[in-house]
Amino acid sequence: MYEFKYHRATSARQAANLLVKADDAKLLAGGHTLLPTMKQRLASPANIIDLGKVAELKGIEIKGKTIVIGAMTTHAEVANSAAVQAHLPGLAALAEGIGDPQVRHKGTIGGSVANNDPSADYPAGLVALGATIVTNKRKIAADDFFQGMFATALGEGEMIVKIIFPIASRFAYAKFPNPASRYALVGVAVARKGASVRVAVTGAGENGVFRWADAEKALGAKFSAKSVEALKASAKGLNGDMHASADYRAHLIGVMAKRAVMAATAK
Amino acid sequence: MTTPATGVGAPIRRKEDHRFITGKGNYTDDINRPGQTYAVFVRSPHAHAKIRKIDAAAARAMPGVVGILTGADLAADKVGGLICGWMIHNKDGSPMSAGAHPALADGKVRYVGDHVAVVIAESLAEARDAAEKVAVDYEVLPAVVDLASATAKGVGTIHDVAPNNVVFDWHLGDKAATEAAFKKARHITRITLANNRLVPNAMEPRAALGDYDAGEDSFTLYTTSQNPHVARLILSAFIGIAPEHKLRVIAPDVGGGFGSKIYVYAEETVCVWAAKRVGRPVKWVADRTEEFLAVAHGRDHLTHAEMAVDEEGKILAIRVKTRANLGAYLSTFASAVPTYLYAPLLSGQYDIPAIYAEVETVYTNTAPVDAYRGAGRPEATFVVERLVEVAAREMGQDPAKFRLKNFVKKWPHQTPVIMMYDAGDYAGSMRQAQKLADVAGFGKRKRDSARNGKLRGLGYSAYIEACGIAPSSAVGSLGAGVGLWESAEVRVNPTGNVEVLTGSHSHGQGHETTFAQLVAGRLGIPIEQVSIVHGDTDKVQFGMGTYGSRSGAVGMSAIVKALDKVEAKARKVAALCMEAAEGDIDFKDGKFTVKGTDKSMAFGEVALQAYIAHKFTGQQLEPGLKEGAFFDPTNFTFPAGVHICEVEIDPETGVTKIEKWTAVDDFGTVINPMIVEGQVHGGIAQGVGQALHEGTVYDKNGQLLTASFMDYGMPRADDLPSYSLGFNGTAAPSNPLGIKGCGEAGAIAAPPAVINAITDALGHEEIAMPATPQAVWLAVQKMAKSIAAE
Amino acid sequence: MATVSMTVNGKAVSGNVEPRTLLVQFLRENLRLTGTHVGCDTSQCGACVVHVDGKAVKSCTLLALSCDGSDVVTIEGLAHDGKLHPMQEAFREHHGLQCGYCTPGMIMSAIDIVNRKGNALDEHTIREELEGNICRCTGYHNIVKAVEAGAAAMGGKAMPMAAE
Repeated sequence: MYEFKYHRATSARQAANLLVKADDAKLLAGGHTLLPTMKQRLASPANIIDLGKVAELKGIEIKGKTIVIGAMTTHAEVANSAAVQAHLPGLAALAEGIGDPQVRHKGTIGGSVANNDPSADYPAGLVALGATIVTNKRKIAADDFFQGMFATALGEGEMIVKIIFPIASRFAYAKFPNPASRYALVGVAVARKGASVRVAVTGAGENGVFRWADAEKALGAKFSAKSVEALKASAKGLNGDMHASADYRAHLIGVMAKRAVMAATAK
Repeated sequence: MTTPATGVGAPIRRKEDHRFITGKGNYTDDINRPGQTYAVFVRSPHAHAKIRKIDAAAARAMPGVVGILTGADLAADKVGGLICGWMIHNKDGSPMSAGAHPALADGKVRYVGDHVAVVIAESLAEARDAAEKVAVDYEVLPAVVDLASATAKGVGTIHDVAPNNVVFDWHLGDKAATEAAFKKARHITRITLANNRLVPNAMEPRAALGDYDAGEDSFTLYTTSQNPHVARLILSAFIGIAPEHKLRVIAPDVGGGFGSKIYVYAEETVCVWAAKRVGRPVKWVADRTEEFLAVAHGRDHLTHAEMAVDEEGKILAIRVKTRANLGAYLSTFASAVPTYLYAPLLSGQYDIPAIYAEVETVYTNTAPVDAYRGAGRPEATFVVERLVEVAAREMGQDPAKFRLKNFVKKWPHQTPVIMMYDAGDYAGSMRQAQKLADVAGFGKRKRDSARNGKLRGLGYSAYIEACGIAPSSAVGSLGAGVGLWESAEVRVNPTGNVEVLTGSHSHGQGHETTFAQLVAGRLGIPIEQVSIVHGDTDKVQFGMGTYGSRSGAVGMSAIVKALDKVEAKARKVAALCMEAAEGDIDFKDGKFTVKGTDKSMAFGEVALQAYIAHKFTGQQLEPGLKEGAFFDPTNFTFPAGVHICEVEIDPETGVTKIEKWTAVDDFGTVINPMIVEGQVHGGIAQGVGQALHEGTVYDKNGQLLTASFMDYGMPRADDLPSYSLGFNGTAAPSNPLGIKGCGEAGAIAAPPAVINAITDALGHEEIAMPATPQAVWLAVQKMAKSIAAE
Repeated sequence: MATVSMTVNGKAVSGNVEPRTLLVQFLRENLRLTGTHVGCDTSQCGACVVHVDGKAVKSCTLLALSCDGSDVVTIEGLAHDGKLHPMQEAFREHHGLQCGYCTPGMIMSAIDIVNRKGNALDEHTIREELEGNICRCTGYHNIVKAVEAGAAAMGGKAMPMAAE
């Protein structure tokens, strides 16, 4: 790791101010992407603003027909939240499947969403559920937020404060893990809310998370595993690497979509 | 079966565990010396390049830098290069082409991760910061990466001594007899296979701490070694760091080795040398990425193999042509692995009249390749057990019955490839394993899987290995640079407790327990009164270390010999003390008694008397009770067994799940079944890793794509099943304990068992290791096509 | 340099560290608690697992400064007055370790599993929950048995002994 200057934020406002004032500053949330990257000397921020002690960024609450999750809420907290388990069990399950238990104790939803790793799980969940990302400056729809690999709509001095999830009647996420890293080789989130069905795919796309229109249409007509069984995702625009060719990923999108629908319609 | 509470055969809990479970282990990186500095290596980013210039001026100016050293400094101090300790000759009798292997590059780099310079600083962070400022001007050369085309014209030359990149072209066996047998064959099975390159990945990365005492003009090297004496011998006699008596090598707790810590590496050589250069202790600890780049890798063979079978299903001959990748430089035992540790095992457990093997080894611009758990024997077993399986299937025979028909049934059995199998019961192990695995119920389980849309398969692997490495004169005649005996010293203290100094080295095998068990049982004293000393060249006189499943068969046999001498001396002391004839002394359960009397002395009393020396004169007997011994085995040992793997494949995703694992092994005498079972478990996991998860991938420029656990599939707990084990021991005649060795068995047996199970499920043979989900999914597509075509 | 203070194994400690110091470096180098190990650079192997404020975390992926004011427990803090923690005892009884390098992280993770999932753990749960801990020696068989037995023992039940 290169040297940097460390700042411990005590409030969201203070953190946001520091982010603007300090040169080449990065927010440290759970640190489970940023610190490994810095250890490998692939990132060298001059200033680190630690959000770990900012209590106001943590917490989960039900607000009307939404679940609001603070940016610094850990994956374990989402997974174990009674509110999430009751209203959006598929989201709790998604969080329970991120990384490993130790990673879930530190990794945060805000950190994951802001980083937009193309093989992260949350982006698929946010897009499928039509979540809203609330920053210190504005509200951004998930569809507009994720802008390709590691790229988001976040501007200079902008930080995620919380994420608002509409409660869908059916939601599930199915992941096929990379056999080595256990990150999503392909992850598919499926959500149904009223007549609207959204299907979002992570891990597979060259530009990060994307929606699968064919599946949305088919599931919109009939929300059952059978509806997606006959579909074939296109390999165009998908990643191909030593772990999985674009063709294999395309195939897995279909399988994971089917399994997500099965999970969403179970019980 | 009743098991003894202590002594040989008892599942005694490990003595060493207390320090490990309380965080008090003492690994190399846990050791710190006053004034210690930290080393970071500048490594080549290119697979193949000339070094035009190294400019360290900017780096030297960085904070905390103590020194920056290059190959030129090594040369100035007349420090020699790393060596390969096993001479192999070409078919025409000429010696192999061994290129120079300097510890820091001498004008050229030959793989990504090759050592260019070392930066030594006050802190690790400062060393790393400065290492980035070392400017190296490279002239990049074309990289030779692909094994199949490494000897093609115009690909480039890695070492001048080997213009076409061939290290040697070697063979074993009777070519004419083999060809004659193939002419008589009713059926010939032909397979082409790759044995995938693996990275050993002991959980403790390699580390070294060099220290120099200017007052004594002597060096100490703390290092992650499986054989500190061999390391000292090489560092002293060949590399020229210091005379042996001025160099102490300490291998403290070592966090796993699996072969990868046998070798003398550039980093430890540089650390101990640099300690004198900079006048301060120098510590280096590999991070995982460095370990991936620069540790010796394992396997990496391409093989075409054929088996000739007669009309009755008897195997007539095997013919094998292998190309083995040795990487950019010859590591310490690199040349022995694809030759004498490989081809002599091509007879498997079978009675095969003729065998001929040709092995061509090549340099490539990749990390050096050397022994990794099993070393040559997994490669041989994969060839034989795939050949046998495919032959049985092609001939419409049950694979188990085909094996039973061809097993060696009488011992000793001389194979056509050097080895004399001296004891075994191969058919017995097969039958026991089939029962334990409920092979009879497999059909029903397969139908149940099919009902759930899954494919189930069952695969056998009847492996054999040559362990207890090794009779010195035999290996000497085959080109080994050293003898492979072992030494031991048993020191009985005046108060009756015992220190055993052994040349074996434990890095997870539990020697502190098993060796103590042997001694406690023999001397009739509590195991707590025995301590095992290893891993320090200043304490142990000499030793050849731990690898090749040799510590039990060879290391413990040396202890037995020393114990024989201790007992003989103690009898003399007891006889003098009890005023009896030596022939009238009995020794049992820790007590010396005089026949026909009630006179007795406990072992501890005799020990005390031996040191007090009041009851005898110097003319009668030397005082003291301490004996040493060297043991050189008369033959290799031949652990063998049958493993049965049962898999279920999800054809939708290609995921292979191991549903059942059964192993029946013949390890000869088992000292501690708990520890032996643990060795088998770990071996199987590494073998399953090779079969399903682990594959080392370089791109065409020689960049290592699998350089971390993000991309290299390490088996995790949820990838593996629980294992069901049985033993079918027949005593090894070549050592006094009858031990055969168990450390490598699982890693040798497992890969063909997995692949035979997968191909059984698929109904075709087209799958390579590692059988990752993607590979299996593709193979499932081929299966669908072949069914459609039928 | 910055000052960091925390409680480690029940003792208040503090030190001066560069901001880039990881928790594992602070433990190993400043406090000389070398039971916590480093086995990878990518937060995957789990050799470095310790408890921070009651939860298992990877100390190689945490800044020491982030742990200011925290309560940290390492492998060295488990045994009290010479009496081993039941999970330590279980690893010895069931031969859940060979080279010992991954063991401290395994034990710390195992205790965390019990804290979260209770004392009655089945094999499937244990294997899944050990996703963040890599062992190269044991093939996991005996680690799974050790965790199961240790979990039961932590619930006050007598330690189930290994089958002979």
